[in-house]
Amino acid sequence: MSELLKISGLHASIDADGIPKEILRGVDLVVPPGEVHAIMGPNGCGKSTLSYVLAGREEYDVTAGSVSFMGQDLLAMEPEERAAAGLFLAFQAPVELPGVNNANFLRTAVNAVRRARGEPELDAVGFLKTVRAATKNLSMSDDMLKRNVNVGFSGGEKKRNEVLQMTMLQPKLAILDETDSGLDVDALRIVAEGVKNLRSPDFSALVITHHQRLLEYLGPDRIHVMVRGRIVRSGGPELAKQIDVEGYASFLTEAA
Amino acid sequence: MPAITETREQVEKLGQSSYKWGFETDIEMDVAPKGLNEDTIRLISARKEEPDWLLEWRLAAFRVWQTMTEPTWAKVTYPPIDYQDVHYYAAPRKKPGPKSLDEVDPELLRTYEKLGIPLHEQALLAGVEVPEGEEARLPVAVDAVFDSVSVATTFRKTLAEAGVIFCPISEAVRDHPDLVRKYLGSVVPAGDNFYAALNAAVFTDGSFVFIPKGVRCPMELSTYFRINARNTGQFERTLIVVEDGASVSYLEGCTAPMRDENQLHAAVVELVAMENASIKYSTVQNWYPGDENGLGGIYNFVTKRGACRGAKSKISWTQVETGSAITWKYPSCILQGEGSVGEFYSVAVTNNYQQADTGTKMIHIGKNTRSTIIAKTISAGHSDSTYRGLVRMLPKASNARNFTQCDSLLIGDRCGAHTVPYIENRNMSARIEHEATTSKISEDQMFYCRQRGLSQEDAVGLIVNGFCKDVLKELPMEFAVEAQKLLQISLEGSVG
Ligand SMILES: Nc1ncnc2c1ncn2[C@@H]1O[C@H](COP(=O)(O)OP(=O)(O)O)[C@@H](O)[C@H]1O
Ligand SMILES: [Mg+2]
Repeated sequence: MSELLKISGLHASIDADGIPKEILRGVDLVVPPGEVHAIMGPNGCGKSTLSYVLAGREEYDVTAGSVSFMGQDLLAMEPEERAAAGLFLAFQAPVELPGVNNANFLRTAVNAVRRARGEPELDAVGFLKTVRAATKNLSMSDDMLKRNVNVGFSGGEKKRNEVLQMTMLQPKLAILDETDSGLDVDALRIVAEGVKNLRSPDFSALVITHHQRLLEYLGPDRIHVMVRGRIVRSGGPELAKQIDVEGYASFLTEAA
Repeated sequence: MPAITETREQVEKLGQSSYKWGFETDIEMDVAPKGLNEDTIRLISARKEEPDWLLEWRLAAFRVWQTMTEPTWAKVTYPPIDYQDVHYYAAPRKKPGPKSLDEVDPELLRTYEKLGIPLHEQALLAGVEVPEGEEARLPVAVDAVFDSVSVATTFRKTLAEAGVIFCPISEAVRDHPDLVRKYLGSVVPAGDNFYAALNAAVFTDGSFVFIPKGVRCPMELSTYFRINARNTGQFERTLIVVEDGASVSYLEGCTAPMRDENQLHAAVVELVAMENASIKYSTVQNWYPGDENGLGGIYNFVTKRGACRGAKSKISWTQVETGSAITWKYPSCILQGEGSVGEFYSVAVTNNYQQADTGTKMIHIGKNTRSTIIAKTISAGHSDSTYRGLVRMLPKASNARNFTQCDSLLIGDRCGAHTVPYIENRNMSARIEHEATTSKISEDQMFYCRQRGLSQEDAVGLIVNGFCKDVLKELPMEFAVEAQKLLQISLEGSVG
């Protein structure tokens, strides 16, 4: 299988006060197994929308196109089936769950996914061992496991918590939506290490970012530039460097 | 059509098969004829071989009841109840119970299983005849109420050695008449309200607990109430008396099989706490709520009240209410003793067409009395839930304190949640704090959970349990686990 994820001619719109507003306007993209790809593009071009549509958010209407994930019709699957199949989304804005213990949430999620994959569930001890090791790698304090999911977390803590979940859920494809935004240099390095640790022939990542620095850590295989709901250019890591210097101006005209 | 009439046919069918009708027949008499009059009450009292004072007490209550009308202030609606169309007495069938779980209604077992009730307890609840010696392995003392008469009581010996009395109230009337006479109706008077008066007139069983001075009850006491016979009103009466410096934790739990008719339930619970005494009363209520179209289900009109008579006494109510078609219930504390403490922790869940009007009353009489109210209301489907609470500070309640927190969680947009706090303060030094919030399970939260692999049901379960955490942690361990599962089961089908 030469592609893990294949997006073809994807159009998606959202209901804006009763009028459908088209956001994705024919996205084509292929991510082979074991590769790290980046999506860059100006604010509002549809990067988060693409990640939501891939993860199965119901508010968006897919009006045309198809997505295959490991040979399956991704768009026909429920969000939790996509997660079980190995798709993970690190949210740009992680959601707070008041009263829900972070460790308990993580264990429920891990076991739900393991069940769906036909793997044995982790008992309390097994889970604790794995999660302790993972938090240590991410320089997170155990205290964060005792707190409620994302409640009162700083921006950096929220992002690290996303990476922790990713590590524990062992996805085939991780979509990271601006996970590097708002992180200081040290936090950025830790998050990047978290992703790098997962690198294997069985793991791919689609990294949405505005910053060259994260990509320097990760060494992406390909860069895609998105403008107004379309991928307008794809290329090697040099493309990210070009954007870092010149901005998106030259691509905007390309998209017109 | 009156609610009770709907099921006449079914009851008649039952009557032909396994029930013998009326007290006139000479063989076994299981069910009293329908209807309520002085003769019914005399029959009940005679069947239970009660002393005259109790019969008189019942009759007085009945006469008061006849002058009363059903309260209409609660935010619940239901077809009129024909009180003459109800059986007021049903003894357990004399025919032998099932010999093993294989003979028990699988639907009932499925409910138990979902709740994670251990097998040996399932057997007890389902009326399987437990072999000798088996019951000693139960983790808590269980006084199982099947219909109106208690049929199983365990751990009596350990309790007796500690001087604790825990028995069916009818037995207490026989064996400890002075105690019962002294306290019965002393917290909830016979004519207190329409349903309490009805209960006083016709109550058939319930539990009696007495913890003597200085004794900490050596185990948690538990009564599993289960409604078994069709169309039989349930009129339990529970009385718990805890003397100076003594304490008890009492668990009341209900798991009911599916039922397709409305059933009337009007229980009374009275608690008395003397000086430095403490009573923790926990309830998990899971009676049949009716089907997803609102058909059937239990009508639950309960009067629960505790009196903190002694200084520094404490009464704590914790309830998880997921069942019943209609819930009308306000566990209350009368804080008379100086420095006494009242607590009310409640989770009320309504789904489909359930209606709940529940809350508490904290009546501060003594100095330095304190009360805490934490009420969590969860509504889903077309259901409607109201928190109704009264905090009253009387003139002598100097420095009394109340803290109330009412939180509502809505699932979907066809349900309702209401908060009706009544506050009366007649003492300048008393302080009352009230906080209230209303929230919804957001699309963002659902999507976030599902992206992590959780099913919609698991996601709701997790969020709801998080919302209720402050209450659930007040429950004894064995109940907390059961309650968590119950919350999730009750909300099945509420999303998606
Ligand atoms: N729920 C919504 N309702 C209306 N417009 C939306 C909604 N979600 C996204 N959009 C619009 O779609 C466009 C793309 O948004 P987004 O995918 O978040 O962009 P990006 O992540 O690339 O910054 C923006 O113009 C945004 O305002
Ligand atoms: Mg975005």
